[in-house]
Parts: sequence; structure tokens; C-alpha cells
Amino acid sequence: MYSKIAGVLTPILAVAVIGLGMWGYQENQEKNSILIKAENQYQRAFHDLTFHMDQLQDELGKTLAINSRRQIDGTMSNVWRISSVARSDVGQLPLALMSFSKTEEFLANIGDFAYKTAIRDLNKEPLSEKEYENLKTLHSRAVEIQSELRKVQTKVIDQKLRWMDVESALASEEENLDNTIIDGFRTIDKTVNEYSDIDFGPGIQTLQNKERFSDKNLTGKKITEEEAKNIALRFLGLQASQAKVKVDRSGKGHEYSAISVAVTKSGGNNTIHLDITKKGGHVVWMINNRNISNQKLNIQQAVQKGKAFLEKRGLDNMVNYTAEQYDNTAVLSYVYSQNGVRIYPDALTVKVALDTGEVVGYQAEQYIFNHKQNRKFVMPKLTLEQARKEVNPNFKVQESRKAVVLNDNNDEVLCYEFMGTVNNQAFRVFINVENGDEEVIEKLDQPGKIG
Amino acid sequence: MNVSNNMRILTLSLVSILLICGMMMTLPNFSSQETFSGRILERGSSGQDVVELQERLKYIGYLNDVTDGKFGWNTYWAVRKFQKDFGIKVDGKVGSKTQRMLVSKTKYNPTAKAENVHQGKQASYKVHGHSANDIKLMANAVYGEARGEPYIGQVAIAAVILNRVESSSFPNTPSGVIFEPRAFTAVADGQIWLTPNENAKKAVQDALNGMDPTGGCTYYFNPETATSAWIWSRPQVKRIGKHIFCR
Repeated sequence: MYSKIAGVLTPILAVAVIGLGMWGYQENQEKNSILIKAENQYQRAFHDLTFHMDQLQDELGKTLAINSRRQIDGTMSNVWRISSVARSDVGQLPLALMSFSKTEEFLANIGDFAYKTAIRDLNKEPLSEKEYENLKTLHSRAVEIQSELRKVQTKVIDQKLRWMDVESALASEEENLDNTIIDGFRTIDKTVNEYSDIDFGPGIQTLQNKERFSDKNLTGKKITEEEAKNIALRFLGLQASQAKVKVDRSGKGHEYSAISVAVTKSGGNNTIHLDITKKGGHVVWMINNRNISNQKLNIQQAVQKGKAFLEKRGLDNMVNYTAEQYDNTAVLSYVYSQNGVRIYPDALTVKVALDTGEVVGYQAEQYIFNHKQNRKFVMPKLTLEQARKEVNPNFKVQESRKAVVLNDNNDEVLCYEFMGTVNNQAFRVFINVENGDEEVIEKLDQPGKIG
Repeated sequence: MNVSNNMRILTLSLVSILLICGMMMTLPNFSSQETFSGRILERGSSGQDVVELQERLKYIGYLNDVTDGKFGWNTYWAVRKFQKDFGIKVDGKVGSKTQRMLVSKTKYNPTAKAENVHQGKQASYKVHGHSANDIKLMANAVYGEARGEPYIGQVAIAAVILNRVESSSFPNTPSGVIFEPRAFTAVADGQIWLTPNENAKKAVQDALNGMDPTGGCTYYFNPETATSAWIWSRPQVKRIGKHIFCR
């Protein structure tokens, strides 16, 4: 009886076991081939990185040896290009949560420095003593990074280390990781960090941009949380009885100290969020994500609603300069205008719902931290007509006016603004009123930030 | 007999005259119904009537651009020139007067379509230097990372992506930031390929317009699942929903 059943089942089972084994083997093969592919991607990025650091170090070394100005332009362009490629290599390695950021910043700063030097007219403005010193330090640091990387690379090749192991080691989130590659990269980042006091001079924007948004640039007294609640209600045009107001505390890492307020209208379940600066109690931004029904207003009406909204909150002399419709909302940018001169650093954005004309979004970071009453303007040395001649002759000017913009060094400069077309594309060009330099060129019809 | 015959001829001719008149009346009416939808067009407008406006302006050589169905600066200046040349008040807006003048001076093929426009938004159209496809990619990341979060939390994730693009310690492109190995869990486990909802897209749009609930953060983590000591050591800015945002 049993032997009969066994006689039938045994071959079936045998076939099943063999089939399962084959299936498992195939799956395993596939998994391995995918793992190898992923590993190879990492390996390529890593070896590319070491190769590019080699090149970078070479090119930086050359700049020190070169005498002729024209040659420096060439090597500087190479430094700029290679540092950017090296950054992209770093971005492809599984390092994200490991602090390798100092090295990435170092590469970015070298790139910025090289770019500024490459585009500069070195005949008029040769490298200063300090910049030459900077180049020397940059070079010696690049040599250090490169030699460390070479060490890691030798180990990776000799000991057949795998980046997949790095990834799983980092994923295990253990305190004391024992991994040769990780150790190597940590050493590199430490080396860079030890000398992080290099002064690149003006023009390295990343740091300066942050400084613009600091408490220093604000006016007014410190406010309490209660005051913040009232400011929020007043900003939204609500009475205390009409809404529930909650304050979210924010930590110390903020660029500027702010109080976050959440307002829920009575009877509604939609929460409006606002950030208000602790110093001066300025509303930095507001988001009201309510459902918006069918469009009843056109954009011009929305622009009027936005302007009325601003004026009611004491923001006068704001001129609308871009208007974009997204679904049933209009996103409108306004800029402060002093005696007809547009001050582009003092820009803010208002989002108007096109069903009722209610303002459902507000973003005024730039305005709040840049705005000054009564700026003093320099006396133009050029007339509008003279400035017009500095613009590309193919540029068909449609509109022109005076405006203040931020130049590459983040300084406010008075310019003539020309709007028009070249080759069927709309652009605006800002010409410095004093020396006729083209300070900013911007493609229009893609609302971008100026200043 | 003669009288009734005459009457019959008279009525027949009357009817036919009326019919012809009616046809003549209705024909132009019929074609004018196909033109401008009646709303006022201005800078920022978009849609099929803007396509018509651009086609008509191109017909008489005032515009030399691609028909993209977006009332941008090029269209605006063309309208102003048209208004100036035809003695209409120069305001750059296309109201009923300008529309009538355009209809009488130009021809328009109603089958014309905006070039590259599919389902409203075209791939080449850029917002703050980001193409519609970049925006889709970011919406995917936001949805994968924070679909259970309140709207403000989704804007915050989008803002972190943009802050990373700006930061010198991260890649320079949205795709570089999103696909940086080990940067986002939603990328690692494939949740990024879920289809994002409208809210995620809106959140990305708001972040692109400068909304940053995080105040410049480049990191965030879920305190319930994150075990890395390193991430806890970062200066924390605030908690939004389930995530803690830090620098």
C-alpha cells in the first residue's frame, strides 16, 4: 500500500526537487549578476574619482608653474571642468550618510575659484599675491587628497574590496565601522576639514548667500509666541474667535530664528502654516493648501487682488513683474519700486486662488531680509541710449527701465534693464549705469529669481 | 389658377430667399463661434485660445515663435505692436476689441495645436530652470518619501531636494540628488516609481516657487526608524509630521 503510494510520489517529488533546485540556481545566478552590475557601477565611479583627482592635482600644479596669463586661463578652465566631474563621481558613490561633505565642498570651492579666474580678464586684473598663495594651498591639499585616495585604491585592488560591502556596512548603522574604504574616506574628509580656513576671497557665493538671510538684516524687536499668534491672525485677516492657533517650536539650526504657526479656521479641517521671524515679527511664508474650485478670476484681476493684499499689510509700492497660472492658481511676483526704480532683491511671491481671489500662498524671504527704505542710488555715468549700445546689436529692445540687481559678488548694483528678443527668445539684460558692464542676463518666460 | 400659381411661386421664392439669407447669416456666425472663447487673454494665460492668438499673430507676421499655447513675453510684445499698428489701446491684453480686429485681419486653422503640448503641460516648458520632467521626478520622490505626511511635510521634502541641489556638498541636479546612492529610502526600495498624486506635484511646485518650511535644511529623518548616530548629531531645525529636519 505505502510502497504503491511511494512509488507514485517518489518520481513526482524527485522532479519537483530538481525543478526547484534549477529555479533556485537560476534566481541566484540572476541576483549575482545584478549585484556584480551594481558593484561595477560603484567601482567605475570610484576609479574615475581617483583618476580625476590625479588630473585635478596636475592641472593645479601647472597653474603654479605657468608664467603666461593666457595659459592660466586654459588650465583654470580645466580645473573647473575636472572638479565638476569629480563631484559628480562622488555623488555616485554610496556615501550619502557618511560625512564626506567637506571634500565635496572643497571640490565645489576649487571649481568656483577656477571659474572666476578663468572668466576674468587676467591682463587687466592679474592674480594677486593672495590668490597665488591660495592656489598653492589648494594644490597641496589636492595632493594630499589624491595620495590618500591612491592608498585606498591600492587596497581596493589588492585586497579585492567591494563597494557593496561598504554599502551594507553603512546600512547596518553600527557605531564602530571597520571597513578599509570607509576609513580611507573618513581620513580624507578629516584632512580637508583640518584646513577649512582657506580664504577664497569674494565671489564664493555659497557662504555669502546664507549670510543674507540672517537675523542681522532684520529690523524690529523680539516677539513672543503670543505676539506671533496675533501677527498670524492679522496676516490672515482673521479674528481670534474664528480660528485655532498653534505654535510649533523650531530648533536652533534655523538660518534665522523663526516661530512656526499653524492656524485652523473654526469648522474647517484645513491648516494654514506660517513662519514668522522672532526678530521683528515678519511673516516669511504662508501656505494654505485648500481645495480650489473653478476659475472665476482672470490673471489681471488676481494681480489686483495680490496688490490689495500687500497694501493692506503695509507693503506699498510693489510692482507685479511675473504672472504664471498653474491649474486654478496664479503665482505672481512683485518687486519693490523706489521712485520708479525696480529693486529686484526686494522680491516676493503671492499665490492667488482664482476661484475667490483669496491669497493662498506667500513667500517673502528675499524681501524681508533685503528690504531697505530709501536706498541711495549712484549717479548714472551712462544715459539709457549709451547703455543701449552695450547690449548685443541683435537684441531687439521692447522695454527698458532702471533697476537694482545683485551681481555675481552679491552686491546691489544700479542698472538699466532691457527686455526684448534675440533670435525669437525673450531675454532681459542688465547694464551697469556706471561702467556699462552686462551684470545679469536672464532668459524670460521661465520665471526665475533675480537677485 | 394663375393667382394661386403666382402665390406658390412667390412663397417658394420668399422661402428660398429667407433660407439663403439665413444660411448667409448663420455661416459667418458659425465660423466665429470657433474663434476666441471670449475670455480676456493676457500675460500668463494659457490654453487653446492662446494657441489661436499665436497662430493669428504668426499669420500676419507679428510673431515668429513656436506656438506653445503660453502667453509669454514674445506674444505680449507682438500683441502690443498689433494694437499700436491697428489703433487699438496699447495694453498688451487681448480683449474683445483686439480679438475682433484679429479675427477680421487674420485667418486661423482651428485644428492647429500647441506644439509639444500634451495633456496641458509640455516637457520643454521650464519653471525656475526645471523642466516639467524634472518636476515629475521630484514629485515621484516626494510621493515615495512622504505620501502619508501632511501637505506641509511634502513641501518640506521637496524643499530639501532643492536645497541639496543648491548646496555645494551635494550633486548639482535634481536627478543627481534623488538618485545619489543611499540618499533616499524611497529610491532604494523602489517606492519612487509609484504614481504620484496631485498633492505631491503641487508640493513640488510650491517648493519651486520658493516655499521652504524647513528654513534651508538639507537632511531629514524619521526618528522612529533612524538608528544612525550621525544623523542625530546634526543641528535639528524642526519636526514636521513624522520627520525631523536638520542641517
